[in-house]
Amino acid sequence: MIGRLMIHAKEAWRGAVDVAKLLCVLHVTNKYLVSPSLAMGPSMLPTMNITGDVVLCEKISPRLGKVGPGDIVLVRSPENPKKCLVKRVMGVEGDRVTYVADPKNDDNRYETAVVPKGHIWIQGDNIYASRDSRQFGAVPYGLLQAKVFYRVSLFLLH
Amino acid sequence: MGTRNLLWSFTKKYFTFGLVGLTISDRYASIVPVHGASMSPTFNPGTKSSGALSTDDRVLVEKFCLQNYKFSRGDVVVFRSPTNHKEKHIKRIIGLPGDWVGTNINDVVKIPDGCCWVEGDNVVSSKDSRTFGPIPLGLINGRAVAVVWPPQRTGKVETIVPHGRFSSP
Repeated sequence: MIGRLMIHAKEAWRGAVDVAKLLCVLHVTNKYLVSPSLAMGPSMLPTMNITGDVVLCEKISPRLGKVGPGDIVLVRSPENPKKCLVKRVMGVEGDRVTYVADPKNDDNRYETAVVPKGHIWIQGDNIYASRDSRQFGAVPYGLLQAKVFYRVSLFLLH
Repeated sequence: MGTRNLLWSFTKKYFTFGLVGLTISDRYASIVPVHGASMSPTFNPGTKSSGALSTDDRVLVEKFCLQNYKFSRGDVVVFRSPTNHKEKHIKRIIGLPGDWVGTNINDVVKIPDGCCWVEGDNVVSSKDSRTFGPIPLGLINGRAVAVVWPPQRTGKVETIVPHGRFSSP
């Protein structure tokens, strides 16, 4: 009786260890290689849907510092650390960025900013409805989470 | 064939160990060394600012605080430097979003949403928010809870609320 119980206990333990290992593999993949993410809202409009797109992000380029102007990135919001933003990098440290100060008005007033050391300048593709570096300034590179490299079309689901 | 099997099982074991270790250090807790004298009475009290002694403190850093980014004034936190993402600093939180913090040049700043004001305990040699301003909470990587090495210095890291430095609305 006891012997049989021991065998069962051993089997259960082995199963639990396997599950834990699997979770570890998932965590490491998610954190260091590739992870899916949901991009919502109007700020990236022509590029991404307003109703939400699943995007695949890779974590290797930000770690190696290979993120440059034009890349779409996932950034932890400097205003609310629980939120992540999907934006496009417009400039890296030392770059001079020119942007339309107030696109809703018609007076095309341009403003220029220099991106400080260790920072990046992020902007949404939809300049009319995006809260980005034009409001809160350049963000530290350390807030950069991942680079978006693939958009999974959810067209069929809509 | 025997050696190859042995090698394979060895590699597998190492790999699993690495994965598990990485997961634990990312999600739950890790141990980091503290360099320099910027937190001097709390960590590395004996170190002069020049020359690294071999008695660098090792600190246990917990990561549970990252789940909802709830910190209190006086917590010692590890964060990525806002000017160089490869460096990590350890400093004490002086002010949280909405607080007014007095900097040392007779100046008072309001801390914006999602940011905090960090300073080293050693006012003389510390590069902190007085040089680079408030930092986003998103840069924070963990909270120091205890000194674990060297053995004679082990103990809890105290939360010292900096009375008189901030005023919250």
